[in-house]
Amino acid sequence: MLDFSSNRIMDLSRLGMRKSYGCILKELADDHEDIVSIVADVADSANLLDYGKNFPFKHINAGISEQNMMAMAAGLAKEGSNVFVTSFAPFVSLRVYEAIRTLICYMNLNVKIVALSSGFSLGVQGATHYALEDIAIMRAIPNLLVLSPADTTEMAKMMEYLATYNGPAYLRLTGIPGSALIHREDYRYDVNSINEVRMGTDVGLISTGTLVCESVRAARGLAKNDIDAGVINLSTLNPVKVDELLKMCKKYSMLVSVEEHNVCGGIGSITSEALACLDSHPRLIRLGTIDSNQVTGNYKFMLQKNGLDAKGIMDVVLAEFTKS
Amino acid sequence: MDKTIGEIKSLAWNIRNDVLEMTYRAGVEGGHIGGAFSSAELLATLYGTVLNVNPANVLDENRDRFILSKGHISLAHYAVLKECGFMLQDDLDSFEKNGSIYSTHEIENLEHGIEVTTGSLGYGLAMGVGVALAGKMREKSFRTFVLLGDGECNEGCVWEAAMAASKYKLGKLFAIIDKNGLQLDGYTQDIMPISNIGTIFAGFEWNVKTIDGHNIEAIKMAVSSQNDELPTVIIANTVKGKGVPEIEGKFWGHHVRLTEEQYKAYKAVLEESRC
Repeated sequence: MLDFSSNRIMDLSRLGMRKSYGCILKELADDHEDIVSIVADVADSANLLDYGKNFPFKHINAGISEQNMMAMAAGLAKEGSNVFVTSFAPFVSLRVYEAIRTLICYMNLNVKIVALSSGFSLGVQGATHYALEDIAIMRAIPNLLVLSPADTTEMAKMMEYLATYNGPAYLRLTGIPGSALIHREDYRYDVNSINEVRMGTDVGLISTGTLVCESVRAARGLAKNDIDAGVINLSTLNPVKVDELLKMCKKYSMLVSVEEHNVCGGIGSITSEALACLDSHPRLIRLGTIDSNQVTGNYKFMLQKNGLDAKGIMDVVLAEFTKS
Repeated sequence: MDKTIGEIKSLAWNIRNDVLEMTYRAGVEGGHIGGAFSSAELLATLYGTVLNVNPANVLDENRDRFILSKGHISLAHYAVLKECGFMLQDDLDSFEKNGSIYSTHEIENLEHGIEVTTGSLGYGLAMGVGVALAGKMREKSFRTFVLLGDGECNEGCVWEAAMAASKYKLGKLFAIIDKNGLQLDGYTQDIMPISNIGTIFAGFEWNVKTIDGHNIEAIKMAVSSQNDELPTVIIANTVKGKGVPEIEGKFWGHHVRLTEEQYKAYKAVLEESRC
């Protein structure tokens, strides 16, 4: 069992999702013999060195060879291991997409793809290291569970779930060390339900990953402007509980999707697809990235530049929302 | 299974015969005859005497694992699996038919002896590394065999896997390269030259054996030369389309749609060589 004490929750938050990964996996491997870790030269980056010392025979470093790593993971899973395969997000999604689809998901193998530092998390490292299309491509693959935690608490709960879940999954980690907490130790995670972080009556902000926190901050700011905004944390991106999502959306006269991802194919698209089933539905504004982000900057700057920080979200709502 | 050399020769003939029949019945869809024929002795020897596999116990943890990385010759694999009791004639008859699970490139089907889905070239060896590594981690006795094409060795993932197999000292892993010298667009030496595949594997610290891939005794001997510390690669020199002279070494023999005339002519040639 993972430690979910309040001190532990705070420690993980300070580390951020990427560095929390190795700590959590080490704890889970203590209880789950079938867990095997495989990385592409990112053991240190993923904080897996302690895991490696504790489980040297279940700590595989494939070197900088992501295709090979993904195919090896399929082979290991085929023989009964629960394989956690890790590298930075673009390299375990875009670079190896076909291997994930054909070798892992079509064969429904027990591989957990952990995408470190997705979105803009790698900041000044620039466009090659951003993952802004991964939700779009991953959610198109049959059998693949796609998860996107809002904070380190939810990430730990998801990993605890994945330790016993038998099948392929993609865990999209975002944010930087010290990203704010949305959930505390009493958070009851359910992979099959959508988490309504804040109830509102006017505008529904639908978000995922660490932008849930920016959305909550925006909602607080909007309250000062007499706009009651709710925040929906869409953390299971495939399969989506469409009925539940629609029930939440119908409460609002305007919706804004907020994601650290291209506006094409991410949670804005998920919401659009759901709303399209209805005869009439609230207006939806999709916030996300639209260009190739060739200009670099730190995490905060990149969110701000793309209008995805709390102020950017607020500005859109204030400009577009009219109370009826 | 432990067949005699004569029985294995007969098995190889049956594979070619089944491949010809399946290709003809597939009509306009055709079949990858060239590479299927070049691999016939390799498959027959593996299934006839090397692999520890049993159609009555397909999930045996200790069974040897066979991965057909050159997945486009599935029809030869289906044929040998039928000959060895993993499939029925009905399965072969459904090859490439609408609704069939037996497509041009094979899909995982443990019940019928197919370990993994292949057809996207370059991944079989890396999956084999994962399988062999799992066996080593659990101290299992099984061996892992991966059959690749030489054209397939254009794929970078093959070499990534070669490095990993060496690093983890996978002595129970065998890569067999069906080196028939041709790929879809022509001679491998013209399309993407790899002057000496064996030397490259040796550079990655593999145990390298080079043989005549149509010589059953040589295949048996190469497989028995296992090195506990090193993975083994068997470079099997073969002739694409082997068994029907009109197809042998021809570019067009990679994938063929047979006319009735061709079918009858090739069938007659095969009959003459029947063991």
